[in-house]
Amino acid sequence: MDREEMKESMAAVEARRKENAEAEPRRMSAEEKEALLAAYHPDYKRSMFTPLAVGPNKGESVPKELAALLQANSRIDPEKVNLSVPDFDDDVLVIGGGGAGASAAIEAKRAGARVRLVTKLRLGDANTVMAEGGIQAADKPNDSPAIHYLDAFGGGHFAAKPELLYRLVSEAPEAIQWLSDLGVEFDKAPDGTMITTHGGGTSRKRMHAAKDYSGAEIMRTLRDEVLNLEIPVVDFTAAVELILDEEGRAAGAVLLNMETKELLVARAKTVILATGGAGRLHYQGFPTSNHYGATADGLILGYRVGARLLYPDTLQYHPTGAAFPEQILGALVTEKVRSLGAKLVNREGEVFVHPLETRDVCAAAIIRECGERKKGIATGSGEGVWLDTPMIELKNGEGTVEKRIPAMLRMFAKYGIDIRKEPILVYPTLHYQNGGLDISPDGSCPNVENLYAAGEAVGGIHGRNRLMGNSLLDIIVFGRGAGKAAAEKARTATPGKLTLAHVKRFDEERKAAGIETNEVSPRLLPTYTHGNPRLEGQGKAF
Amino acid sequence: MENTVNIYLYGKKYEVPASLTVMGAMEYAGYQLVRGCGCRNGFCGACATIYRIKGERELKVCLACQTKVENDMYIATLPFFPLVKQVYDIEKISPEEQIMMQLYPEIYACIGCNACTKACTQGLNVMQYIAYAQRGEYEKCAEASFDCVMCGVCSARCPAGISHPQVALLCRRLNGKYLAPKSRHLEDRVREIRNGDFEELLRGLMGKPLEEMKELYNNREIEK
Repeated sequence: MDREEMKESMAAVEARRKENAEAEPRRMSAEEKEALLAAYHPDYKRSMFTPLAVGPNKGESVPKELAALLQANSRIDPEKVNLSVPDFDDDVLVIGGGGAGASAAIEAKRAGARVRLVTKLRLGDANTVMAEGGIQAADKPNDSPAIHYLDAFGGGHFAAKPELLYRLVSEAPEAIQWLSDLGVEFDKAPDGTMITTHGGGTSRKRMHAAKDYSGAEIMRTLRDEVLNLEIPVVDFTAAVELILDEEGRAAGAVLLNMETKELLVARAKTVILATGGAGRLHYQGFPTSNHYGATADGLILGYRVGARLLYPDTLQYHPTGAAFPEQILGALVTEKVRSLGAKLVNREGEVFVHPLETRDVCAAAIIRECGERKKGIATGSGEGVWLDTPMIELKNGEGTVEKRIPAMLRMFAKYGIDIRKEPILVYPTLHYQNGGLDISPDGSCPNVENLYAAGEAVGGIHGRNRLMGNSLLDIIVFGRGAGKAAAEKARTATPGKLTLAHVKRFDEERKAAGIETNEVSPRLLPTYTHGNPRLEGQGKAF
Repeated sequence: MENTVNIYLYGKKYEVPASLTVMGAMEYAGYQLVRGCGCRNGFCGACATIYRIKGERELKVCLACQTKVENDMYIATLPFFPLVKQVYDIEKISPEEQIMMQLYPEIYACIGCNACTKACTQGLNVMQYIAYAQRGEYEKCAEASFDCVMCGVCSARCPAGISHPQVALLCRRLNGKYLAPKSRHLEDRVREIRNGDFEELLRGLMGKPLEEMKELYNNREIEK
């Protein structure tokens, strides 16, 4: 990296800061946005996608990395798993310990069900804990669920399932109240008014936050409540296949102890998949802002029992992943930094995009700036553009950064960068799985009875792009919903004899389609070797 | 060859690139992490780590994902620490002083050694927030402890056996639920929605043809 060049560029940014901070950048027209996305957004790079050869979405294209896992070998030999003596036997089995899984477990328990939560790592190890910026809800007098609907529907390219989006926006204020009643803290004015800001693509200021630890604050409270309700939590235990009954209804899961590798059998009347996202699959080689365990497990599990995926070909690249220093490459720089007034600036100090366009548009604009326009800044490990953070206190006064985005201040301070005084370098990072399991508004998977899904594992709530603050919202709304619905269904469900015949059947379909691979799935964890020449190419995987 | 440093993972020596974090260095050395690795971004507290630089007396602490390796670093991770978490019903407790006496009486045995504060991976004034909790100043405790990632290092260093992160979490929940001012506009909106006040507007919007939705979206007024 050329430090001189970086300094020179930083001086150009500083020289134009006042002028840039005051000017309101133009927003793009619908046509300009479409053309920009088609040319620069990774979702449009068709060579990185491949059609599926088997399963409910046969013929549809998905990212190559996801296709490899959807069509991989099972981790188990179904004939060697003894289903006759389950290790666990419950009404509701929740798979996943993030915000959606915890919300589901809490509501299922409150509804009187015997519920168990299993999770691959610890309870709370999930993308939820890393969500920084906030959670949307139309609860201000100048706002309404209808305006929220329009913002999200348009921001998602008019592809959201209307009934899902309806539920999301209608139950948003109640979700905030539910969290508040559990003791989640929100930023408020002394009179109790919620301090709300814009996110990219919002037309009203409806982003509620707990500083820039919004997800962490929500997750630690939900976790505490799961423990207070004494819901049994089986941690460091991953689901590796769903179990069906002879009628083809979901009836449990085969579990893997991540440490001892022991297999366990969990039987349940209903099953909720709340396994989260896929950032750790590093689609198209992108770094990610996601949790260590974000490997799309739920999509694999659901797909093998015949659950359909909706929009599995669309991912969200958050425009502002850290591009420098290398140690935090891909880490999330919350959109709230832009909500508070920081703008995106190129090497020459020019603002090249409105900072609050939707995430896909901002990400594509940054990729164009560094690519075709050659106005990015070399970082040593790649390129980036400036996010001019000193604009925040120029606009809102001294102390704003420490009060509103302390996590960002801390993250960069560890590497000697004071974001109040210096701009930071950013580049898009793989952030969110827009697509996922297709659900009905109550969270049930339409073609697999007794199976439910919630959280990032679900597709269709947001369409083909998600607005900031609508994911923390959806995990609460649909997590709670799935928990209630699964508990209700469990009252009358009478599971028959357990079977793993579908695992064998799927395997035969794969063979018939000519798929030959050594890959096993779900992936469970990524493997990193950081370029160690002695470990490269050994094919070592968890 | 790039710059390398020697580190000692649980006492065993490895040579690793100097640019890596402690977590990255463990992976470079060949560890497939299951414990001690979570969000990898400093929010989850899974990767609490203690270390000592060879020849120095001071025992230091960090989050493995947030800290660069240094030469001659002796590293041991602390992937789990048995914090005491008391079970309570948030609906039935109240934000009064005796709740701490009931649930976490050991905080009154604090000897003021300040080891917790020195150990905090987030740089928080831990002993101070415990003092607030002792005095029933839950709002202050909530604010001072807000950035806690519950890694547990403070408790590992505490001679009084206090589970600081759990005490702080209780204070934040008491503050969030009982002490912070209520949001009238939120309560009003929830009532309006239950009352069906937006139903017609929303259903009407959902029924519109795509072209009309695009028109509405592209020309919507954006609050300054």
